Amino acid sequence: MVVMTMAKALNAGLRRAMETDPAVLLIGEDIGKLGGVFRVTDGLQKDFGEARVVDAPLAESGIVGTAVGLAMRGYRPVVEIQFDGFVFPAFDQIVTQVAKFNARSEGRTPMPITIRIPYGGGIGAVEHHSESPEAYFAHTAGLRVISPSNAADAYLMVQQAIASADPVVFFEPKRRYWEKADVDVDADLADAPSPYRARVVRPGQHVTLACYGPMVRTCLEAATAAEHDGHDLEVIDLRSMSPLDVDTVAESVRRTGRLVVVHEAPVFLGMGAELAARITEACFYSLQAPVLRVGGYHSPYPPSKVEEDYLPDLDRVLDGVDRALAW
Amino acid sequence: MTADGGPELVQLLTPEGERVHHPEYDIDITPEELRALYRDLVLVRRVDLEATALQRQGELGLWAPLLGQEAAQIGSGRALRPGDYAFPTYREHGVAWTRGVAPLTLLGLFRGVTNGGWDPHDHNFALYTIVIGDQTLHAVGYAMGIQRDGTEDAVICYFGDGASSQGDVNESFVFASVFNAPVVFFCQNNQWAISAPLERQTQIPLYRRAAGFGFPGVRVDGNDVLAVLAVTRAALQRARDGAGPTLVEAFTYRMGAHTTSDDPTRYRVAAELEAWKLKDPIERVRVHLARGGLADHDFFDAVEAEAEQLAVELRAGCRKLESRGIDTIFEHVYAEPHPLVAKERAEAAAYHASFQSGATVGGGH
Repeated sequence: MVVMTMAKALNAGLRRAMETDPAVLLIGEDIGKLGGVFRVTDGLQKDFGEARVVDAPLAESGIVGTAVGLAMRGYRPVVEIQFDGFVFPAFDQIVTQVAKFNARSEGRTPMPITIRIPYGGGIGAVEHHSESPEAYFAHTAGLRVISPSNAADAYLMVQQAIASADPVVFFEPKRRYWEKADVDVDADLADAPSPYRARVVRPGQHVTLACYGPMVRTCLEAATAAEHDGHDLEVIDLRSMSPLDVDTVAESVRRTGRLVVVHEAPVFLGMGAELAARITEACFYSLQAPVLRVGGYHSPYPPSKVEEDYLPDLDRVLDGVDRALAW
Repeated sequence: MTADGGPELVQLLTPEGERVHHPEYDIDITPEELRALYRDLVLVRRVDLEATALQRQGELGLWAPLLGQEAAQIGSGRALRPGDYAFPTYREHGVAWTRGVAPLTLLGLFRGVTNGGWDPHDHNFALYTIVIGDQTLHAVGYAMGIQRDGTEDAVICYFGDGASSQGDVNESFVFASVFNAPVVFFCQNNQWAISAPLERQTQIPLYRRAAGFGFPGVRVDGNDVLAVLAVTRAALQRARDGAGPTLVEAFTYRMGAHTTSDDPTRYRVAAELEAWKLKDPIERVRVHLARGGLADHDFFDAVEAEAEQLAVELRAGCRKLESRGIDTIFEHVYAEPHPLVAKERAEAAAYHASFQSGATVGGGH
């Protein structure tokens, strides 16, 4: 076990993937000498060369589009989109091409591309640097969408994304980049838990909190605080948005009878809406309250001076819990 | 903008069938090779006309005719080596022919039985791309892969005058240029993007755009199969030699509709089509072969007969093209198992099974 930040764990995971498979290649803006704006690719170009760590022109569609061609040639491109809000110039290539290639070719040209996107707010950034666009991608058949919440998961999940025969949109909670955890750097990928399964990170009896990425820590803190009120909260780290592990959440809700879904993304048509519909169908007779959601508002991501009022925090999560319990 | 392509147009065979020479591009070609090109041109035109007819008769949902662009496609396609890779739009039926993709295979997409139809790697011919210009980036990425593999292959990327306005096409020029990728950008300027004339896409001849990106551009008579072959060969060789990309603008004309759903009489004048008919890409080769005594009546008759036979086979084959049914929806959404797809597939199967006699209607909780 080594204690490291999520950013370092991602770096170590990328390094190990590149050592394991010579077809793995990184392409993105400023990922070479600079090591990426968050330093996630720090030192990789120095060790693997410019042909495998490609500093791309400043064109997101170009980056993803050329990754498609590289994948057709047998490479496993790992794309870095610099910030969540900059993925949209590449949206067409991701949704129209990357997602559909396997189906259109009837399995002959799969797209083993990993698209890394630092996402979410809470870092005081200017606009377009704090968004949570995961629902767009989870809505698109052909893509897998996952997000680690901690350094240990980040290390393994980025390698699993790269090893996947399918395209994976890999959302990295940027405000958690510098949080540390024990990472088993020698872990065998074959023994690692599936990245598509949710994990109960805190067992509890009264209310289930389902969350992912940056909100996992927030929900764990809320659960600790709720103890003082005598509320025993179960926290589930969904880890994957496509596929969505409904079974793990349903199993929990059958015990607790209450579910609050928490994410930074706007609530309307977000992951919480999907989970609410599916849990209602799966657990209709177990539910003691409607599935509630705590998340961003139906507004553009606000200026950073008011982002605290936009982002779910401990108090807003607990407010959701209280509403579920009071129903 | 000049309707005849201007003095910079590379031409080796005039519309009247006369061989002319160009100081930079020339071609040594045997009578046998010339006859083979003629056969290609005639066969793909016949395939194209048959597909248009099949659409009119309800056998295809849509067809995008290549009529008029045969020389651009055969000339460039025949310049490729087996290891080269081609990235088409949705109109490259002639290029598909040169890559050994059976014409019937092309119809699946237009009949609605598949969104693809062939194995791209069997033919080094990517699937048709309908969203305009997307494939130019795929081509450059593939060429970047060739660079890393160190092989002597090259990539050719097809697009049209309309696509030249797309961001992806311009990004592909940038990537190819700065990475010196072994790719030939082959723009078939057929003068029309559905109803939008060339003037709506550009204020300068398209081949000159290349200069701004730092690589050469050349305008070739797209209705002259010899010139297209010569220019494309040279551009591919340049790519193989590590000298980077080239933009080839094949100056041609879409003699038919954009697709079978289009009505060009609403936006262009008949005189334009008549003028271009005089520059027909097949007639000039036929005249050249006949006048030069390079082919006799038996040859022309045999090619016509072969074309008719191909059309008969295409028609018969088209009618038998069936989808694989509901499995088409669920197969291959992902390369690896995905629980949601599996669940919905089972639900769809159960729904359909509920119509069988004796089945219980409705489900429980």
